[in-house]
Amino acid sequence: MKSWSRHPAGSSEMDRRPPGAVNRDSPAGSPFLPGLRALSVTTVLAFCASLSLVFFYVPIEAEEGFVQKIFYLHVPLAIVSLGGFVLGGLLAIAHLRTRDARWDLRSYVAIHMSLIFGAAVLITGSIWARASWGHWWVWDEPTLVSFLIVFLLYATYQPLRFAIEDPERQARYASVFAVTAGAFVPLNFIAVRLSASYVHPRVLGAASNLPGSMAFTFLVSLVAMALLYATLCSYELAAKRTRILLKARSRILGFQ
Amino acid sequence: MSNTEQLEKENARARTPRRAPVGPAQVILALLRKELLVELRTLESVPGMALFCVTIFVVFHFALNQNAVAGQEAAGILWVSLLLAAMLGINRLFVADADQGGFDAFLLAPVDRGALLVAKALALLAYLVVLEVVAVPAFGLLLLGPSLGQALPGLLAPLALADLGLAAIGTLVAALAVRTRARDLLGPLLALPLLVPVVIGAARATAPLLAANDSGPPAPRWLLTLGLYDLVFGLIAYAVFDFLLED
Repeated sequence: MKSWSRHPAGSSEMDRRPPGAVNRDSPAGSPFLPGLRALSVTTVLAFCASLSLVFFYVPIEAEEGFVQKIFYLHVPLAIVSLGGFVLGGLLAIAHLRTRDARWDLRSYVAIHMSLIFGAAVLITGSIWARASWGHWWVWDEPTLVSFLIVFLLYATYQPLRFAIEDPERQARYASVFAVTAGAFVPLNFIAVRLSASYVHPRVLGAASNLPGSMAFTFLVSLVAMALLYATLCSYELAAKRTRILLKARSRILGFQ
Repeated sequence: MSNTEQLEKENARARTPRRAPVGPAQVILALLRKELLVELRTLESVPGMALFCVTIFVVFHFALNQNAVAGQEAAGILWVSLLLAAMLGINRLFVADADQGGFDAFLLAPVDRGALLVAKALALLAYLVVLEVVAVPAFGLLLLGPSLGQALPGLLAPLALADLGLAAIGTLVAALAVRTRARDLLGPLLALPLLVPVVIGAARATAPLLAANDSGPPAPRWLLTLGLYDLVFGLIAYAVFDFLLED
């Protein structure tokens, strides 16, 4: 395997189908999912709607002021990122059950995108903590701490994956990791939440104790963020599939 | 019946000896015996772990510049040292099997693959118990301010529960990391975040026992947390371990 082909399921997926076979998910051999254009447009519209609500509709919070608006970015990012980690675990279960390398590719993309979102969560969380508590990092916020632990665990996903040469074993080991880590996400949150002494009151708990306009804006932001995640995952999947297709084609033509 | 026929019959009987089917407990015991025998003959892991742990206590003494510690500080030092020492054993757990064909030999045997997980976890548990038999008295001697004797009975439960968690997670992580290029690096990187809840539970449960003025038994919720975490991760490890042993 050439070194530039860093996509995980590369050759094993290729070996499974006849060379040059078209992608089953889409017509005419295009690696793009059908409806990707519609998904992209919806995402852009949803993001415009959520940002307009955040900046022009929802009232400025009394205690924290303008900086509290980062809540509508930070919390949806965190929820979508954690959801993506768990989704990666579920897709990995599908891979272990069916041995279909495409599930592994999906699991890889879900975790990869969640890691990128996770980095954004830590940055926005830090900014928010600095603005409202005066420190870049606070240890007595259990959600933030458990997110850091989960992020550190998932940061080893790619080093683990790319330290294994054989593509089939790589997919299998990565799936085992994804399942274990996916189960660890909720457990870790419970453990860290237990360990926190409730000295500091929780500033913003669930969306349930928010006033109506804030809850509405928060929900719209959450939907927009989930759509963004789905769109970016679809684009990354399309890119991976294109590369696999390209490799298969160039192999037929004898370039390799 | 002719003589040759009888001979053939006897030969056939000799070729296929009738034996009771091997139960999972026998498989696990055989594997565990092999592990402990190898460790006893090579002494590769346990002495190193114990020595490492005692050395870390000395390093802590100089790094903190304190002659005696107590309470949460003592619990933290004890658990960080034990965790790092356990990491040495975890890293070495499957190395011989990966390098010298132990995995292949095990896969040739018609037995349940989960038996290897259980046997390895029990072996790791035994290493950890031996490690603690050395390290906990050494900690009491070198660093701990209050006397160890009073705390010792209360320490047994958190130590045992944390060892179970370390054994389950450590075995799974060791199996994940051992056949990668960077096994020594990936083992601790994978294990430490997964073990954070174990450290939380163990350190919180141990802290009141090591306090200068005896502050009573630990809150039972920490032991409960540890026990539940051990149970869940034991089940997860058992569920996914088979997939690590397919080639």
